[in-house]
Amino acid sequence: MTAQYHVVGESLERTDGVAHVTGRTLYTADLAFPGMLHLKVVRSPLHHALIRGVDLSAAERVPGFVRALTHADVPHNVYTILGLIGVEPEEEFVLPVDRVRYKGEPIVAILAETEAAAYEAVGKVQLDLEELPAVFDMDEALAPGAPIVTHWGNNTFMYEGHPCRRVRYGDVEAGFAQADHILEGEYRTSPIEHAPLETTGCIAVPEAGRFTVYTNTQAVYFSLDNTSIILGLQPNRLRFIGGTVGGGFGGKVDVIVEPLATLGAMRTGRPVRYVYNRQEEMQVSSTRSAETIRIKDGVMADGTIVARKVTGLADCGAYSRQTPYAITKFAANATGPYRIPNVWVDAYCVYTNRTPTSAMRGFGVTMGHFAIEVQMDKIAERCGIDPWTVRFRNAHRNGDVKPHRKVTSDATLIETMQAAARLVGHGLPPELAAMTSAPRTEWEGER
Amino acid sequence: MARLRGTGIAAVNYPTGMNLGGDPSQALIHATTSGSFNVVLAAADLGQGLRTVMAQIAAETLGVPYGQIVIQTADTDTGPHDMGTFASRATHRVGNAVKAAAIEAREAVLQLASEELEVSIADLVLDGRGGIQVAGSPQKRRDIADLASRAQFQYGRTIAGRGVYMKPKSDVDPETGAMDPDSTQAYACTVAEVEVDTETGAVAVLSIRSAYEVGQQVNPALVQGQITGGAWMGMSHALYETTEPCYPSRDHSPKDFAGYLMPGMAELPIIEAVVLEVPSSNGPYGVKGVGEMTANSPIPAIVNAIYHACGVRVDSLPVTPEAILRGLDALAQGKGAA
Amino acid sequence: MASVVVAFELGGRPVEVLVSPLATLQQVLRTQLGHTSVKDGCRQGGCGSCTVLLDGEPVLSCLLPVEDVAGRRVTTLEDLTPVDGLTTVQRAFLDANGFQCGYCTPGMELVTKALLERNPAPTRADIAEALSGNVCRCTGYVPIIAAVEAAAAAGSAAAVVASEGATR
Repeated sequence: MTAQYHVVGESLERTDGVAHVTGRTLYTADLAFPGMLHLKVVRSPLHHALIRGVDLSAAERVPGFVRALTHADVPHNVYTILGLIGVEPEEEFVLPVDRVRYKGEPIVAILAETEAAAYEAVGKVQLDLEELPAVFDMDEALAPGAPIVTHWGNNTFMYEGHPCRRVRYGDVEAGFAQADHILEGEYRTSPIEHAPLETTGCIAVPEAGRFTVYTNTQAVYFSLDNTSIILGLQPNRLRFIGGTVGGGFGGKVDVIVEPLATLGAMRTGRPVRYVYNRQEEMQVSSTRSAETIRIKDGVMADGTIVARKVTGLADCGAYSRQTPYAITKFAANATGPYRIPNVWVDAYCVYTNRTPTSAMRGFGVTMGHFAIEVQMDKIAERCGIDPWTVRFRNAHRNGDVKPHRKVTSDATLIETMQAAARLVGHGLPPELAAMTSAPRTEWEGER
Repeated sequence: MARLRGTGIAAVNYPTGMNLGGDPSQALIHATTSGSFNVVLAAADLGQGLRTVMAQIAAETLGVPYGQIVIQTADTDTGPHDMGTFASRATHRVGNAVKAAAIEAREAVLQLASEELEVSIADLVLDGRGGIQVAGSPQKRRDIADLASRAQFQYGRTIAGRGVYMKPKSDVDPETGAMDPDSTQAYACTVAEVEVDTETGAVAVLSIRSAYEVGQQVNPALVQGQITGGAWMGMSHALYETTEPCYPSRDHSPKDFAGYLMPGMAELPIIEAVVLEVPSSNGPYGVKGVGEMTANSPIPAIVNAIYHACGVRVDSLPVTPEAILRGLDALAQGKGAA
Repeated sequence: MASVVVAFELGGRPVEVLVSPLATLQQVLRTQLGHTSVKDGCRQGGCGSCTVLLDGEPVLSCLLPVEDVAGRRVTTLEDLTPVDGLTTVQRAFLDANGFQCGYCTPGMELVTKALLERNPAPTRADIAEALSGNVCRCTGYVPIIAAVEAAAAAGSAAAVVASEGATR
């Protein structure tokens, strides 16, 4: 098939390969500008607290201290990354006014002549915090009487009036009634850090009436537009330069560093470098959500799944960032690559006082796949059939309707599983080896 | 005490791109006077090889050698709008935009050639090596490089193209969840083989073998790179990684690579894959995408293999040696798995 | 504390730098001497991206006070890269796609060079041991191992050619 093309389908040498193997590739933190200041952040040592006061006097006496940025400096002090595409509510401050909701939340930014001076000044800022009760577990966060993390009175993200993203397809209760077996499973996953080798960072450089921001964002316009809103600058006063990223995995879509660094450049007229150290990358950059996924399947004796009910909880931490959309993707993919005629999904984005979560490779889908595919093995065992057979019997095929109502049009699961069986030398029974993803006949479609 | 082996499988689908808010990317292309083409974008290369893949798509469409393409990306003063590099969207979305821009630029080249050769555009074919010839008359030909030079210095015309690809916004029905969440779907099936040490609870992954169907591959070596790196990351997620080892307590959360566990070279399994290509209807040259999905199927395949090896079902990630040992204890006491 | 002058050899040339006491070699190479191939992944000795060669042996420049290299030989990837072309190790990493984002690559290559100099035919276990301090988040290490093996093979082929030349 590949031969029809000249260039597409060829394993050509990377255009950036020589630069990478010679170490000549310049990443954001490799750049330096005359007069560049260093920005470091004073972070909350507590998981949940009221901010009663911030005393900068000792920090200001540190040689090399230039100035501090507080919430009063931020023109539009709202950080809601999905606000750009209409997802509300506004919940996170760039620098919080009176309350911190996770350990490591920024409170004050320090600008100094050297990195060492910035760190020293950060260490000398005195915080007066009043500790509040914190919640770290999703079930506890949803229980009555839990500490409330959000400003709207409960600990869930609201999806158009619902506390969860819902999928309702067919009639799950009728499916359960018809099933030979009911199989329930609960799956839990841990938060995961992207851990790119290059930490998140940027350098904002003031130029005649404009600011050029060198950044390792995964999305230059997303970052520019968010920065423009937060700083109240016309977008044409910002120029973002990036494109070379030392590993992203979803962690560099958050636009955390650019607004503060650019604000620093606005307030001082000097280039400002804000690059996470490794501890910040590990501790305060967003993670993949921890998830709890509860699945109830109704299964026929031959392994065919006739109904699935899923309750998904994703711990979004103190602020939801990109996670509400991950939940929507989770809900859309709750049946995996299988055809299930009756499906009910409630997927919650739950606030706790943990590190905020956001996008990560496999956004909303990876951990769902873990739960679904372990569940498939349990179904196979319960029905006394092998793990290959149960997957072939349920595989979606072209023409099948998914619970979100989209008609499957490019299914190749069956062919892919056949190829995997060949690769490992697993002989498939003739009826599985003969299957294809072609649309079902009228007779096959009945069940 | 024993070392027990087991095999597990897992199969997954993966959606290309997103829909929320609409999902567009643009590309601009213009020819230099020497006949190379500058492709101007705003998409970030995360290391997966976006620049390379876009250069291949541009070269293919323009009918010029790969080395004639220059990719300039991610400067907002020059690059046209792009949503960003995430959601396994770049090869599909940006690739479609590059292809569209290249088609427009190609039309400008073909127009010049048709005027010089006095034939209609429909009679011209690209040789894929920088030449245009009249179909059936290979001696009647023009070099794209010469045409590009004459376009500027003789005719005063531009050879340029604009391209955009957009997945339209699709709101989710809040009651039923009806939505159009993706552009196409890629597939994978992984077979993992593990060895469980029943004395220590340690799991060695012996092999991760997978089949993938990702539509047309633009650069198979880079696809293989995603698959291999993803297999390792999936193994890492399955057995090692957590920022909250004492969940729900936040104590002991790792601050560095010493505390944040990931497998190293010594723990590597055999990683093998075959790739099927069934072109998608809407990707450039039938691309689907392979960015994120490669970490997915290895995770449940490993967890299923552990059960097959030693009878312990662990439904929480990561599967630590402690969880395995507790599961083995429970089995020994006849209580069933953890 | 007053700044001090430290003199050492960088890429075969003498350099003198005025440094703050306890400045790391990494900091000095990156910010004062422009050797940005020395990466900055953690400053904790945990990732290997800042590796340089000190008297030919790989060291983590982020943990090394620059005073400690006074009078010694420091080599970075800038010093090894030919004006035209690539070293054997670089060529092998390029051909094997032994990188994706490229951030760990300079460190990986310097450790590989040092490994092959003392052990021209390393086993997989030797390679894993030598590179155990270098983290890659993209590749799954498989193509990096392939690159090291290819570099070893190319190096021994070159050595055979050289020794055949010598015997003739």
